[in-house]
Amino acid sequence: MMDRLLELLNDDARTDARDLAVMLGTTEEEVKRKIAMYEEQGVIRGYKPLLDYEKIDTQYVEAVIEIRVTPKKDFGFEEIAQKISGYHEVDSVYLMSGGYDLHVQVVGKTFKDVALFVSHRLAPLDGVVSTATHFVLSRYKDRGVIISGLPEDDRGNVSL
Amino acid sequence: MDLEKMLSSRAVELKPSGIRRFFDIANEMEGVISLGVGEPDFKTPYSVRRAGIENLQIGKTGYSANAGLLELRKAICRYLERKFSLSYDPKKEILVTVGGSEAIDLAIRAFLNPGDEVLIPEPCFVCYDPIVRLTDGVPVALPTCAEDHFRLTPEKLERAITPKTKMLILPYPNNPTGGVMRREHLEAIAEVIRRHDLIVLSDEIYAELTYNGKHVSIAELPDMKERTIVINGFSKTFAMTGWRLGYAAGPAPAIKQMTKIHQYAIMCAPTTSQYAAIEALDHCEENICQMREEYNSRRRYIVDAFNRIGLPTFEPEGAFYIFPCIKSTGLLSEDFCEQLLYSKRVAVVPGDAFGKSGEGYIRVSYSYSVKHITEAVRRIDAFLQELKEKQS
Repeated sequence: MMDRLLELLNDDARTDARDLAVMLGTTEEEVKRKIAMYEEQGVIRGYKPLLDYEKIDTQYVEAVIEIRVTPKKDFGFEEIAQKISGYHEVDSVYLMSGGYDLHVQVVGKTFKDVALFVSHRLAPLDGVVSTATHFVLSRYKDRGVIISGLPEDDRGNVSL
Repeated sequence: MDLEKMLSSRAVELKPSGIRRFFDIANEMEGVISLGVGEPDFKTPYSVRRAGIENLQIGKTGYSANAGLLELRKAICRYLERKFSLSYDPKKEILVTVGGSEAIDLAIRAFLNPGDEVLIPEPCFVCYDPIVRLTDGVPVALPTCAEDHFRLTPEKLERAITPKTKMLILPYPNNPTGGVMRREHLEAIAEVIRRHDLIVLSDEIYAELTYNGKHVSIAELPDMKERTIVINGFSKTFAMTGWRLGYAAGPAPAIKQMTKIHQYAIMCAPTTSQYAAIEALDHCEENICQMREEYNSRRRYIVDAFNRIGLPTFEPEGAFYIFPCIKSTGLLSEDFCEQLLYSKRVAVVPGDAFGKSGEGYIRVSYSYSVKHITEAVRRIDAFLQELKEKQS
C-alpha cells in the first residue's frame, strides 16, 4: 500500500510538515526525513501548481499527439521517446498499449504553433510511421482535481 | 375547528428540538464556512450508484419482501460475520429498514410497554428520547462526561437501574462526542446488563468509523446476542445518507415483531437502495478503508488545531465529530454558536442539542476537507481572540 504521506502530498503538496506530522501521528522531523528520502530516491520528482489556463491571460494551446513508431532493434521505443522528450514544447511522453505507441502532449501558443511543431519536428523523426493530432478544447478535471463546474456542498450548514 | 385541540397530545407534548431557531438561522445564512453537518462529504462509491441505476434500468421497481431482499439480508449476515464476528440467520434475524432511524423506532416499539424505563447515555443523537416517549416509555438520561471520554461506566449504569428499567440504548461510536466503547468497557457494563436482565439497543451506525483499533459489538460478548438488537446502516459507512437504508440484527422473536410493525408502517425499504446496498457490502471494502483513512487524518489534524486555539478537546476515536469544551469562554453553548455564526460565519452545533450534559461543549464535524477545516479554525481562533479582548 502507498505510504499515507505520499497520498497526503498528492492531495496537496504544500501542506506543511507540521500539519502532515499531526495528520500522520508522527513527528515533524520524521516527515521531513521521509520527504527528503523520497526526493533523493526520485519517488517525488517535483512539485508544480495545477494551473487553470482559462483563467490566465496568456495564449495556451495543448494537444495530444498519437504517434505510431517502428521500434528500433536493440533500443525498442527508448531512443525515440527520449528524443521526443527533449523538446521543450513537449509536456509529457507515454508509451501506450493499444492502437498507437507514443502519447505525446504538446503545448504551444497557437494551434498553428503546435501543428507546425508536429509536422516539422515529430513527423520527420526516424521511425515515426504516423501522427494524429488532437487539440484539447476544454478541461473538466486535471490530475484528480475538478477544474470546471466545481461541485457545491449541498449538505446545508447544520444537521444533527 | 380548533385544530390544535384535535392533535395528539403526545405529539404536541414532544419537546421541539431546542436549537431549532439556531438551525433555521444557520441554514439560511449565506457564505457560511460550516463544520456543522452530520453526514459524510464523500459521495456514494461509484459502483454502488451504478448498481442502483442498473437495477432501475432493467425494471426492478417493485416491492421487495417485507424484511428486505433475501440476497441483501444474506450479504448483511456475511458482512456482520466478517467484520464483527456476529452470526445471524438471514431468514429470521435480519430486518432491512428505512435508515438506521427506522430500525431504532421499531426496536423501541417492539419492546416497550407503557411505563417501561429506557436508559439513554447522553450526550447522544436526538431521536431516542422522543421515540421512547411516543411509545409511552420513560426515557432516563445517563449523563456521561469528558473525564470518562464520554463512555458509559458500569457504576453509572448500575445506579440508574430500577425495577422498571427494560432497555439500554448504547450509541457508540457516539454522535456527537466521538466516544467509543472498547471491548473492556463493554465487558464491564455487560456484567451489569446480564445481572439486571436488560435489553440492549446497540446503535452501531458509525462502527466502521473507529480509529486506533476495530469496533467491537456488544452482541459479540457471551450471552449478549440473545438480548441485543444491533442497529447499523449504509449512511455513514458507505456515504449513502440519501438512500435511506439501514438494518436491525437480533433474536428472531424480536425481529418478528419489528417486521410486523415495519410491514404495516412501511411495507419495505426502497428496492433500488437495497440492490445498491448489496454491491456496497460485497465490493466496497477498499472505499471504506480510504474514507476511514481520510477521516483519520482530519481527526488528528482538527483535534490538534482546537487544542492549540485553546478549546480543550479530548481525542475521540470514532465517528467524524470532535466535542470541544467551550466552558473557558464563559458562554453557554447556544450563545457561543450564535455569536460565532454572526461574527465569523462559522457554523457548529451547540452541545446541548444532544442532551443537557452537552452544555458547555460544541459539536464540530470533520466531514470536510482539510482546507475547509483550516479556514474554519482560523476564524474560530479570531473569534476567541476578540472574545477575550471584549471580556478583559
